[in-house]
Amino acid sequence: MDIYADHAATTAMSPAAIKAMTRCMQEEYGNPSSLYRIGQRAKETLEKAREEIAAVIHADPGEIFFTSGGSESDNQAIRTAAMAGKRKGKNHIISSAFEHHAVLHTLDRLKAEGFEVTLLDVHENGIVHPEELEAAIRPETCLVTIMYANNEIGTIQPVSEIGKICREHGVVFHTDAVQAVGALAIDVQAENIDMLSASAHKFHGPKGVGFLYARRSIQLVPLISGGAQEKGKRAGTENLPGIVGMAAALKESAAERKTEAARLAELRDLLISGLNEIPHSALNGDAERRLPGNVNFCFEGIEGESLLLLLDEKGISASSGSACTSGSLDPSHVLLAIGRVHDVAHGSLRLTLGRENTREHVEYMISAVKDVVAYLRSFSPVWRDLESGKTPHLL
Amino acid sequence: MALYSEKVMDHFLHPRNVGVIEDANAVGEVGNAKCGDIMKMYMKIENDTICDVKFETFGCGSAIASSSMATEMIKGKPVADAMKLTNKAVTEALDGLPAHKIHCSVLAEEAIRSALEDYRRRRENSGE
Repeated sequence: MDIYADHAATTAMSPAAIKAMTRCMQEEYGNPSSLYRIGQRAKETLEKAREEIAAVIHADPGEIFFTSGGSESDNQAIRTAAMAGKRKGKNHIISSAFEHHAVLHTLDRLKAEGFEVTLLDVHENGIVHPEELEAAIRPETCLVTIMYANNEIGTIQPVSEIGKICREHGVVFHTDAVQAVGALAIDVQAENIDMLSASAHKFHGPKGVGFLYARRSIQLVPLISGGAQEKGKRAGTENLPGIVGMAAALKESAAERKTEAARLAELRDLLISGLNEIPHSALNGDAERRLPGNVNFCFEGIEGESLLLLLDEKGISASSGSACTSGSLDPSHVLLAIGRVHDVAHGSLRLTLGRENTREHVEYMISAVKDVVAYLRSFSPVWRDLESGKTPHLL
Repeated sequence: MALYSEKVMDHFLHPRNVGVIEDANAVGEVGNAKCGDIMKMYMKIENDTICDVKFETFGCGSAIASSSMATEMIKGKPVADAMKLTNKAVTEALDGLPAHKIHCSVLAEEAIRSALEDYRRRRENSGE
C-alpha cells in the first residue's frame, strides 16, 4: 500500500488546477503587461485569479500580491514592516520561538541590522498566550509576526485575539498562514490581519507560487526591483500558469473545506488514539487546537530517520524532526520550543493527512508505526537503559 | 538518486549481528542520545580472536548500517586486526555515505575501539 502522509511538506496537484494551468499555458501565453489583445486577455486572467484568491480570505483584490511562495512572502512582509518601523524610529519586533525558518532567519538578519526581537514562549501545548504578547508590546514595537498554524505540530494560534491586540496598540500584524490557507476559514478583516503569507503547493496548487496579502494602508517594500508588475511591489513577468493553478486549487479547497476538515479531523483523532497505544509515546502539541490533518508524536528510545526509512519501506511517506533529517546536529526547533528534550525530540514522527487519505490508510499506518517502533526499540541501547531503569522514562 | 547506496540500505534493512552477548568479555558504548546516536558493541574474545560480536544501535539509517557492516568486518578476526579497522574502510565497504553521515562510520570505529579497550582493561585487572 502506498500512502502519502506528508501533506504539510507538499500536496499532490489538484486535477482542476492542472486543467486550468494547461489551458493557460496553451491559450494564454501573452504577457499581461502588453497592450495588444493577447496580452490584455492574459491580464484579465491574472486579475480574475486575484479576485478569486482575495474572496477566499475576505480581502480586496488590490491587496493580493503574487510571489514565488511562502518564503518570499514572509521575507517581504517582515522587511516591509521593519523598514516602515525604522523610519519612525521603531526597532522592536515580536514573534514566536517556533516560527518557520523563513521568518526566524529573516529576523536574524534584522537583528544584525540593529533590530530587537522578542520571541514569545509557545508553551507545552504549542500555543502563544495573547496576554504575553500584549505584555511584550513596547512603544517601539513595529511588527508582530506569528504563524497561523505551526508547520510541524499543527497547533493553531489565537490569531483573532492577536489581531485585536495589535490593532488596539497600533502595531502591524503579519501571519505566516502557509499551513492554514485552504485548511482553515480565514477572514483578514474580522481577524485584523495586516499581512498574510501563503503558498500554493500546500493546498494542491503548483510549487513556486504564492501570495502576500497586504492591507491597503501598507506600502510594501519590493525585494525584487525591475518592472512595474504587481503595482511596482514585485517586479518580473507574472507566473501566470502558476497563479491560475493556485487560484483554481484554492477555490476548490475553499469549496470543500468544511466537509474535508471534519473528515480529516476524525481521521486525525483515530490516528492519534491508535498511536497513543504505543507505550512511552506522546502527542506533540495541543490535541484539539490543531490542524485537521496534523499528527505529530515522539517515541522514546528510537531515532526518527530510521523510523522514516522503515515506514518508507512499508509504503508510507512521512517526516520527522530528528537531527538526521534536519541536516543539522540539533533536532527540530519546534519540538525544543515546546519543551521536548533532545533525546526525545530525535524520535519524532509527523504524519499529515490530506485529501487522498482514507480510514483504511489510517488503520494501516497505526499498525505499521507500532511494528516499526517495536522493532527499532528491540535493539536500541537507549530503550534498554530506559526499560532496565538505568535512565528514567520521560514520556 | 537515493539518499543511501544499496549496500547501506541492505545493511539497514537486514542488519547483521544485531543483539546482545550475555557472556561478553568486551563491551563498548559510544555516542550520546542528545546527538541522536548511540552504539553499543558486545564481543566474545577467545585466544585474541573475536569469536562473536553483536551490536545495539540507537540512531539513523547509516548508524545502523555502519554498525552492521563494522561487526561483519571484524567477526572472526584477530583483535590486532580489529584495532586497525578505520571508519574509512567501513564507509568504503558500504559503497560510501552522504557527507553529513560520515560521523556514523566514525562512531562504529570508536565503538569497536571502546570494546577492545574494555577487553584490555579486563585482562589487566584479572592479572593475565
